[in-house]
Amino acid sequence: MPKRTDISSVLVIGSGPIIIGQAAEFDYSGTQACRVLREEGLRVVLVNSNPATIMTDPEFADATYVEPITPEFVEKVIAKERPDALLATLGGQTALNTAMALDRDGVLDKYGVELIGANIEAIDRGENRQVFKKIVEDLGGESARSAICHSMEDCLAAVEELGYPVVVRPSFTMGGTGSGMAYDETDLHRIAGAGLDASPTTEVLLEESILGWKEYELEVMRDTADNVVIICSIENLDPMGVHTGDSITVAPAMTLTDREYQEMRDLAIGIIRAVGVDTGGCNIQYAVNPADGRLVVIEMNPRVSRSSALASKATGFPIAKIAAKVAIGYTLDEIPNDITTRPDGHSTPASFEPTLDYVVVKVPRFAFEKFPGADPTLTTHMKSVGEAMAIGRNFTEALQKALRSLESPNAVFDWHQEWVDLDKDAILASIRTPHDGRLREVMDAIRAGATPEEIFDATGIDPWFLDQLALINEIAAEVTAAAELTPDLLRRAKRHGFSDVQIGKIRGMSPDVVRGVRHALGIRPVYKTVDTCAAEFAAATPYHYSSYDEETEVAPREKPAVIILGSGPNRIGQGIEFDYSCVHASLALGQGEGGAGYETVMVNCNPETVSTDYDTSDRLYFEPLTLEDVLEVVHAEQAAGPVAGVICQLGGQTPLGLAQGLARAGVPVVGTSPDAIDLAEERGAFGRVLAEAGLTAPKHGTATSYPEAQRIANEIGYPVLVRPSYVLGGRGMEIVYGDEALETYLEKYVAAGLISREAPVLVDRFLDDAVEIDVDALFDGEELFLGGVMEHIEEAGIHSGDSSCALPPITLGAREIARIREATEAIARGVGVLGLLNIQFALGSDILYVLEANPRASRTVPFVSKATATPLAKAAARIMLGESIAELRALGLLPATGDGGTLPADQPIAVKEAVMPFNRFRTPDGAQVDTVLGPEMKSTGEVMGFDRDFGTAFAKSQAAAFGPLPTEGRIFVSMANRDKRSMIFPVKVLADLGFEILATAGTAEVLRRNGVAATVVRKHFEGPGAGGEKTTVQLILDGEVQMVVNTPYGAGEGQARLDGYEIRTAAVRANVPCITTVQGLGAAVQGIEAARRGDIEVRSLQEWASR
Amino acid sequence: MPTHAPAILVLEDGRSFTGEAFGAPGETFGEAVFNTGMTGYQETLTDPSYHRQVVVMTAPHVGNTGINDEDPESRRIWVAGYVVRDPARVPSSWRSRRTLDDELREQGVVGISGVDTRALTRHLRERGAMRVGISTTETDPAALLERVRASSEMTGLELADEVTTPEAYVVPAQPGPWGEKRFTVAALDLGIKTMTPHRMAERGIEVHVLPATATLDDVLAVRPDGLFYSNGPGDPAATTHQVEVLQGALAQEVPYFGICFGNQLFGRALGFGTYKLTYGHRGINQPVMDRTTGKVEVTAHNHGFAVDAPLEGSTTTPYGEASVSHVCLNDDVVEGLELRDAAGALKSFSVQYHPEAAAGPHDAAYLFDRFVDLMSDRTAGQTDRKGA
Repeated sequence: MPKRTDISSVLVIGSGPIIIGQAAEFDYSGTQACRVLREEGLRVVLVNSNPATIMTDPEFADATYVEPITPEFVEKVIAKERPDALLATLGGQTALNTAMALDRDGVLDKYGVELIGANIEAIDRGENRQVFKKIVEDLGGESARSAICHSMEDCLAAVEELGYPVVVRPSFTMGGTGSGMAYDETDLHRIAGAGLDASPTTEVLLEESILGWKEYELEVMRDTADNVVIICSIENLDPMGVHTGDSITVAPAMTLTDREYQEMRDLAIGIIRAVGVDTGGCNIQYAVNPADGRLVVIEMNPRVSRSSALASKATGFPIAKIAAKVAIGYTLDEIPNDITTRPDGHSTPASFEPTLDYVVVKVPRFAFEKFPGADPTLTTHMKSVGEAMAIGRNFTEALQKALRSLESPNAVFDWHQEWVDLDKDAILASIRTPHDGRLREVMDAIRAGATPEEIFDATGIDPWFLDQLALINEIAAEVTAAAELTPDLLRRAKRHGFSDVQIGKIRGMSPDVVRGVRHALGIRPVYKTVDTCAAEFAAATPYHYSSYDEETEVAPREKPAVIILGSGPNRIGQGIEFDYSCVHASLALGQGEGGAGYETVMVNCNPETVSTDYDTSDRLYFEPLTLEDVLEVVHAEQAAGPVAGVICQLGGQTPLGLAQGLARAGVPVVGTSPDAIDLAEERGAFGRVLAEAGLTAPKHGTATSYPEAQRIANEIGYPVLVRPSYVLGGRGMEIVYGDEALETYLEKYVAAGLISREAPVLVDRFLDDAVEIDVDALFDGEELFLGGVMEHIEEAGIHSGDSSCALPPITLGAREIARIREATEAIARGVGVLGLLNIQFALGSDILYVLEANPRASRTVPFVSKATATPLAKAAARIMLGESIAELRALGLLPATGDGGTLPADQPIAVKEAVMPFNRFRTPDGAQVDTVLGPEMKSTGEVMGFDRDFGTAFAKSQAAAFGPLPTEGRIFVSMANRDKRSMIFPVKVLADLGFEILATAGTAEVLRRNGVAATVVRKHFEGPGAGGEKTTVQLILDGEVQMVVNTPYGAGEGQARLDGYEIRTAAVRANVPCITTVQGLGAAVQGIEAARRGDIEVRSLQEWASR
Repeated sequence: MPTHAPAILVLEDGRSFTGEAFGAPGETFGEAVFNTGMTGYQETLTDPSYHRQVVVMTAPHVGNTGINDEDPESRRIWVAGYVVRDPARVPSSWRSRRTLDDELREQGVVGISGVDTRALTRHLRERGAMRVGISTTETDPAALLERVRASSEMTGLELADEVTTPEAYVVPAQPGPWGEKRFTVAALDLGIKTMTPHRMAERGIEVHVLPATATLDDVLAVRPDGLFYSNGPGDPAATTHQVEVLQGALAQEVPYFGICFGNQLFGRALGFGTYKLTYGHRGINQPVMDRTTGKVEVTAHNHGFAVDAPLEGSTTTPYGEASVSHVCLNDDVVEGLELRDAAGALKSFSVQYHPEAAAGPHDAAYLFDRFVDLMSDRTAGQTDRKGA
């Protein structure tokens, strides 16, 4: 069936900011969809509030709306654009829920918009657990026994039948938000209570426990002619009980006979038909009882999911792209499989099922260290912030590659410690509970002599996987015991994934020596190809992975290549923004329109990204970003043809950290030299650069002990900002107000090993009340191009990644910008930048301080690029390869005149707002972790609000990040003493707008004295009043407060400080906007005023550009 | 370091691989073919169609679920040799009874592990299926190469007699809405898989499995409602006896259904030629279009030869109008034939692939229903004629 002719325009909804459970994979899928739909000649209208996405690049859609993904805003887009169809299955749960709401509200009917991909009934059938269960039963399948509950009474009654433990799953939430395992009634109250709140339909499902069963997933695709194919099977190494996003997963399934696999396949096909997913991808999860093979269907997602992205990368079958094609009418047999396209144009069709001749392992990356107090136990509620995938010719190779891809020193197996320290019983007790790092403990259990049966009893990990781990351990023992590293032994270790670092540690050699020995013996990896068909047909797409096997498949080439190093697994502080820059480099340097004509080679290990799409670059190496792995790729590519250079500057700290090692190995690193990178990171040298340029840094010093630190702090004066050296995303950074706190801080981080002789603590003067400014700039050795100057909305002291900011800066004048330009240029020149540079300044008492300079692409590059319509990362890539800013201006890649510091008067204001994952984390006793912002970055993603004036742009940013600001109702205000003076004016405005102001006694009194009437409410620790008066926290939880303003109290403010914590966590739980800074309050007031005017419009980037 | 005896593998064009012994020690020869299935090695090993073939598994991990008592497709392992990359040391499945390695040893099947199976597969894809030898006793590839070149080639070999059942036997119909049974089928065992008569039996068919040497009289003696030819090894062009039997049955208007080898013989009976594919189809992910419905099914394949019939239009044969009913979408190879009468009613049909699956997807199971419908129509027609 060919393409439908009755659709000429399609609205695509993205997934918004990156949050846990909904990450970069939806940029990948949305980008593919937009590309496909445009190739098919359709007008594509896109809504996505996340500026750090490739899909929101204006060239990927005809009309790109960087607007909040809420039913209100999307309706405005529909009213304006009048699309024929809506594709909502590629933007995660956010897109699906928005589409459901638009349908429920009659918007789709009103404007005659057809939902394509999955229809409302199918979504309902897939997500409504009772209906779904019936479907499975009718197909002869089984579900876990369960009960649907709409109240706590229902839950208690159901548990009588099911017994504890029970799994609690709220309906219609994403990434398993609100789900958990209840072992007793207390748990049930807590988890089901929150779940009922989290579910938009106040519905939770209680289910018999299938904890410890084997867990599987199938990715399924269907077309309009009812052709169905299974794209991939995935087996979870961690058995049932751990969210699949937090599990180590393996593709294809490893421990199924064909009979069992076909039973799952038949059920999957039956389910996608019965649910009625007309076209597109869906994901079905199963559990298998390891004792008797009883198969239970767990759930299905009637849309493209995180697993789909993984399955796409794992098989080479582009699920999102094919889903978009079948959504507009094509059948699978009409769609070619690009990977097998021959030069004569013949290819196999997409109606086959991929078959793998390799093993794929995905491992999750966690960020518990960012959330002190958070419980690291893994449950059915997803907590990981990113993932790495690796491909090998066997499981052991893929697993070890995946573990080192995580870039977390504790993730890889390490036999360096003494064997005698291993206490078997303690380890077996520990691995009983799934947690980050459990796999390494399983290895320790093997080393400690635990039997496979004991480990299986403790973990439920399948014996086949346990034997593979035992195999790895045996090889480690062989390497340990061998008199010398023979070629056979070295080859055997490499075939099972051992890195030079691991072998070196075991043998007491440096990794460089191991590499030297290995190369001298000619033991190098070969590169195989992901081809969807296990080599049955020739592959046209160079999508490679390394393996220690016999034959390599890297094709020779004539054109010079540029190798771009990606950013590895997403983590807090290094996310999709860096992938964005890498993809842009590939586009700017490649052979497409406007490209520089190089062959681009991408190296990355993150399956969620656009960079690891096989058609983003000319060649893709799905490899860990370690020195060893990258050197081997460079070697293979140098053998294939000329290599013009390796780009380390765009993927964040990961590739930057490799630059020096690569340069030492003789690899041509382009852009800012590795020495210059070190110069910017090294305090003393950087201080000299500043001194020469006459620039000021806040007073600072470094210390390795408390007495030293105390001396410096007293010299500088409190408060001081303290942080360990060499950390990312402000890890361990704190503002300290006195000696006592400083001592505690040093004790904590010295004990954690983060502060030592080699890594001293940095003590900086903390600039209270200063305005923080972020700058992204390009420098080509001669000319400076100021990309953008961003003014933070929060005061200095909040990590720039967590701070909201405005561009162009809302309060800085031409004089300040000129000073910033001068300073930026001086630093760029002094450091020797070639490409991108990010500097953080603080402006206080009219002094411009330089806080830090990073000679690399920053997190804000995509935001600046989108706000100013200037492709900074593309320009940076070209500069690194030798072009000048003047040449790029002439080419039109950069504006002919001016830059981000000379924006026109009618430039719209862009507001960036960060999105926090607080609602994902609980302390071990079930309480929420604190939501206060500080110098350590905690956000997972960002949104952009874009409009004519600051208030409207801010209102949009809030709506996109947290939900709309209230326009009426009650606002609760509780301010720290230092903020009370600054709050009066904004709170008065709110009162004048008609809001009822609630406040704690102290705050209320200050307000009253300033003529603002405020109702005093009881503090949390006071408990309910005699007449049943509710406390603040109760009011918030009961939905009687529409916005919370609470600035954190200092250490001296005792009980009020704890109260603040309770208030903010209640706001997060109740999903009420919660403002924690006085500057944020000012911005919110402007936003509320704009929202109340009710004239907020939507405008596409293309319209803005042509204004 | 564990002691794995070395083994070598040598292809007839001289390319050789070294690896470790797997399964029984010794030396073996056969035609090197690769199978791309990720599940179902036990079914593959016991599929008689692999007789005299050395099977290279593209999936790297083989043996993970051990060997059980339910999944064999015949009474023994048929492959002449087995090539895998990473055999399981410990199997894991609640149905597993023993390890694959033990099973191979017990049945004397020589294998090799630890070779670059992808390199080997790519070689076979580019150069075509060819003779191969595996040895755990020979260390000199040149010496083994000589013996490989002296071994017999697949082309021209008639092998059905080597794999067929020595005695006829009956697989009883399973009772159902149709009562005890509804049809009787004579099934010629040219290398039949256990699942095939099972699929018929569960549809109420009593299956009389006959040796490959059965004559037309033997076939007619069971008073069949339909005739079935199974899959099997060898070159269809070298087969004459079964082609003649089939032609005799077609002349008597017996409805026919053939699978795999049975499709090739049906082609020959209708006057079409057969030819050897460069490297064949062996996997469980192959897209086939049923041209009568326009639907795509994902199917299990195991064939090195194919029927040479025109993809478009029909061909007049002494038995009716023959046409191509199924095509492989990967490479347009003929995957099914059908024979219709002048009025366009289906008389007989066959497919090149495996609707019985085992291993593989069940998408094509409808063909057994089609066989049942065919026999129903024909029986009804005969009754009508008798009545008239």
